[in-house]
Amino acid sequence: MASYKTNEFKGGLKIMLDGDPYTIVENEFVKPGKGQAFNRVKVRNLKTGRVVERTFRSGDSVEAADVMETDLQYLYNDGDGWHFMDTDSFEQLTADPAAVGDSAKWLKEQDMCRVTLYNGAPLSVEPPNFVVLTVTQTDPGIRGDTATGGTKPATLETGAVVNVPLFLEEGELIRVDTRTGQYLSRAKDDS
Amino acid sequence: MPEVTDPWRPCADLPALRARARLLAELRAFFAERGVLEVETPILSAAANPDPAIEPLHLDAALTGDGPRRRYLQTSPEFPMKRLLAAGSGPIYQVCKVFRLDERGRRHHPEFTMLEWYRPGFSLDELMDEVALLLRRLAPTDPLPVARIRYRDLFYDGLGVDPWRTSPAALRAVAEARGIAGAGELDLDRDGWLDLLLCCCLEPELGCAGLTFVYDYPPSQAALARVMPGERPVARRFELYWRGLELANGFDELADAAEQRRRFRQDLAVRAARGQDALPADEHLLAALAYGLPACAGVALGLDRLLVCVLGADHIDAVLAFPVERA
Repeated sequence: MASYKTNEFKGGLKIMLDGDPYTIVENEFVKPGKGQAFNRVKVRNLKTGRVVERTFRSGDSVEAADVMETDLQYLYNDGDGWHFMDTDSFEQLTADPAAVGDSAKWLKEQDMCRVTLYNGAPLSVEPPNFVVLTVTQTDPGIRGDTATGGTKPATLETGAVVNVPLFLEEGELIRVDTRTGQYLSRAKDDS
Repeated sequence: MPEVTDPWRPCADLPALRARARLLAELRAFFAERGVLEVETPILSAAANPDPAIEPLHLDAALTGDGPRRRYLQTSPEFPMKRLLAAGSGPIYQVCKVFRLDERGRRHHPEFTMLEWYRPGFSLDELMDEVALLLRRLAPTDPLPVARIRYRDLFYDGLGVDPWRTSPAALRAVAEARGIAGAGELDLDRDGWLDLLLCCCLEPELGCAGLTFVYDYPPSQAALARVMPGERPVARRFELYWRGLELANGFDELADAAEQRRRFRQDLAVRAARGQDALPADEHLLAALAYGLPACAGVALGLDRLLVCVLGADHIDAVLAFPVERA
């Protein structure tokens, strides 16, 4: 089984602790003048997102986590799970609700997503930073009001609700930043 | 680490480079005034310090026709300097690069600059006084009040434990109570727990107001210091802290060849038990000790860390022209 020694520790390294995959956030090497050295690390649980601290004796080994990130195309959701495809191998993978989490509201069929795989199965899903989605429901637009800066909620085809300018109508395509959930601009059909 | 710029560029800025040059000039003047001789000894040696807590780097090359191919980069110039002392050099000092594998972090760099000096006829107390005088000279803008505390008192006052007697299980409980994450999972002996508690709970406060000398260590941490026997034997050693950084290690030097050989053997046994490489003992040092090392005190001081303190930097890379990642 692959493992890492403490001298390989660095931010982003994926390790197993108590049966869960973790990523190293911070690694501090401490050592008295003479004597035993230690690595004090902050690690994030890749399943729960929780950050905890751990202390290792320098020179000890820790099991490597079989974690990799890959870009997959989102295909569809059939109620059982979200289905993704590797566009090179055409291999399909299914992500469960725990893996998709809050990303679900941004997932549009055909979009490429960054998927973290743990032991070959999706552990988390990151939507593209920018998505183009159709407004499916919003109050009628106020014609000519392009300057007041007022906003109204709009429901998008994926179920996400974002604040949009008052002039937008149902059926329009908009561009949204998924990291902030903010409306950016109107989008053309071909974008 | 300082932010990444073009990797060909130095990490230390010009003021830091100037501060290093000033420091070197000043310390050479200090020792010249006091009649301490500057010396140089080999960086590559056929022998190495077997201390299990220090891992030397080595290279394999035929430097001589018949000698060993494997040469170790010094982890400290201690052994050859003691050979000079035994040969009658009188007081000596050296500024040199030393190398230690697997030491890298905010306060550690695998290649660092050490100032080491030896004072025949000095007691450990006299050497601590001289260290303080030197540091006041090197950091003239800081008043640097000096405090001294026994290792035992440091642990007793700070954590309520007796480093000679408290059991490893009780030390583990203290570590857990102090919130050292994952302490419950560590399997350490008494010295290991003491090291952990020192690093995590005590060191950050040491030397906040000036220079703090911690002295009289447990005999199990004697390294190359003499042990004073008694009801509670102590190793005559000190460590110097300033602003939470360990800067120097001083010893009332062990001069007994038989005891030195015994400690080498013990260190090698620990290395074997931990699966570390065996290292050739320095027979030249043992022969020099058998010939006779004058009673002396010696100290090694990390100049990079001293610069970190003087400049108020928060990472050792800020005082290095090119850290190992850019070397």
